[in-house]
Amino acid sequence: MTGPTIGVLALQGDVREHVTALAAAGADARPVRRPAELDAVDGLVIPGGESTTISKLADIFEMREPIDKRIAGGMPVYGSCAGMIMLATEVLDGRPDQRGFAGIEMTVRRNAFGRQVDSFEAPVEISGVPGEPFHAVFIRAPWVERVGDGVEVIGRVTGGPAADRIVAVRQGNLLATSFHPELTGDLRVHAYFVELVRAA
Amino acid sequence: MPENSAPTTGSTPVVGTARVKRGMAEMLKGGVIMDVVNAEQAKIAEDAGAVAVMALERVPADIRAQGGVSRMSDPDMIDGIIEAVSIPVMAKARIGHFVEARILQSLGVDYVDESEVLTPADYANHIDKWAFTVPFVCGATNLGEALRRITEGAAMIRSKGEAGTGDVSNATTHMRKIRQEIGRLSSLPADELYVAAKELQAPYELVKEVAESGKLPVVLFTAGGIATPADAAMMMQLGAEGVFVGSGIFKAGNPAQRAAAIVKATTFHDDPDVLAKVSRGLGEAMVGINVDEIPQPHRLADRGW
Repeated sequence: MTGPTIGVLALQGDVREHVTALAAAGADARPVRRPAELDAVDGLVIPGGESTTISKLADIFEMREPIDKRIAGGMPVYGSCAGMIMLATEVLDGRPDQRGFAGIEMTVRRNAFGRQVDSFEAPVEISGVPGEPFHAVFIRAPWVERVGDGVEVIGRVTGGPAADRIVAVRQGNLLATSFHPELTGDLRVHAYFVELVRAA
Repeated sequence: MPENSAPTTGSTPVVGTARVKRGMAEMLKGGVIMDVVNAEQAKIAEDAGAVAVMALERVPADIRAQGGVSRMSDPDMIDGIIEAVSIPVMAKARIGHFVEARILQSLGVDYVDESEVLTPADYANHIDKWAFTVPFVCGATNLGEALRRITEGAAMIRSKGEAGTGDVSNATTHMRKIRQEIGRLSSLPADELYVAAKELQAPYELVKEVAESGKLPVVLFTAGGIATPADAAMMMQLGAEGVFVGSGIFKAGNPAQRAAAIVKATTFHDDPDVLAKVSRGLGEAMVGINVDEIPQPHRLADRGW
C-alpha cells in the first residue's frame, strides 16, 4: 500500500530527520521549498529549527500564503518545536516581525524552558499515542501557555521543575509538539500523523 | 562515550545528554551562523535571518591584522549579545582552555566553539567536552581530526578553512577531504576498518559507525573564508549542512544586505537562478588575503591536531 505524500518544509532545520521518520512510518516523504512542491503533497511537517529564520524565509520565498491557504483547505500539518511556534496564533518572547501560519489557536512561549544548557530529555504521555510514555527530547523548546476552544491538549511534561506544562496539542488536522520525536527513532508520533493525513 | 548511553527512564528530566547537545546542532542545519562583536551587529545578523550568532571580541580578519594573544571575550560583551537577540548565542574558548569554557557555560552561552581562531592554551590536549552541559563545536581539516574531536565530546564539527582571509580555498579542501575520507571508509571491507582506524588515529568504533552510516555522527558545518553567497552555496553543495561566516559579513561594504543574501543562498544552494538574484548589488566584499601568501606559522588551520 502506498502511503500519503507528506512534505517537510525545507527552508531551514532538521528536515532530513523528519523525512526519514515519515518514510519509516509509511509515508512518501519529500522536502518542500517551493509553492509548486507544496501543491503535490497531502500533508506538511514544519521541522525543528530556528523559528525566526523559518518565518523570514517563508516570506521571502513566498511560501506563507500557499501554506495558509492549504491549512484553510484542511491540509494536515504537524510542527515540532520551531514548527509548533510557526503553527501558533500567538507567540511570546519572539521577534516583533515573527509570524506564524494561520494555525492552532494557542499562545506559545519561545525558549520557555531556558537556554541550551537547560535542554532536556523526559517522558511525556501523549493521548492517542499508545504504549509507553514517549521519550521526549526538548531543545530550547517552547511550551503552550494558553489554548483556545477546540484545541485538545494531548501531552504534558510529567516531572521536574516544568511539570504539567503543555507540550503537545491538536486542533482538527493540525498537530504540534514542543519536542523532537524525529531525533529519537520512536516513530509513534510520525505514525500518528501519517494516519491523520491518510484519514483527511 | 559516557553520555551516549541511553538516558534514564524515570520521570526526572535529564540535561546535557549527547542527544540534546547533538540535537541542538541538528536544529541549526541549513542555516548561517554569523560572527558578531557587539549587540548591534548581533541584531543585524538576527534581522538577516541568522540561525545563531558567534560572539567574539575581534573578527578573525582583525585578529590576523592586529596579532597578539587572542582570548575568550569579555563576559559583559557576551551578556550584551545574549540580551540583544532571541536566537542562540555561541562563543569561542581557546583550544584546551577548560576554564574559559566553564565561564562561557556559566554565562548561559548555547554552544562553545573550541576554536583555532584564538591562541591555543594547550598544545597537547583539547578540552574534555563530555564534562560539560553546554555543547561544543570544534574545527577539523580532515576526518581523523573530526573523529578525535567527537571522541572528546564535540557535538558538532565545522571545517576550519583559513579564518579571516575571505579566501574559501582551504574550506573547500577541508570539505572535500572529509567527504573523500568518509567515502573511502564506506567502500572498505569490514576487515580493513581496523587499519583504517589506526591510520585515521581515531577509535575503531567511531570509524565503523562512519563507514556504516556514510556520514559523521554529528552535524558538519563549514567555516573559514566564506565571503559571498556563492561561497556559501558551494560549501553546501560540497556536503556542508550549514555555514559559519566570520569576517565575511561585517568586513564587507553592506553587512545587512550581504548577510541576508548568504542566508538565502544557503537555503537555495542548488538553485542558480536564486543564487544569481541574491548575488546582485551587494557592494564591496571583504578585501581578503590569499591563503598562499600567508606564511605557514601564521595559518590558523594548523592549530589543533
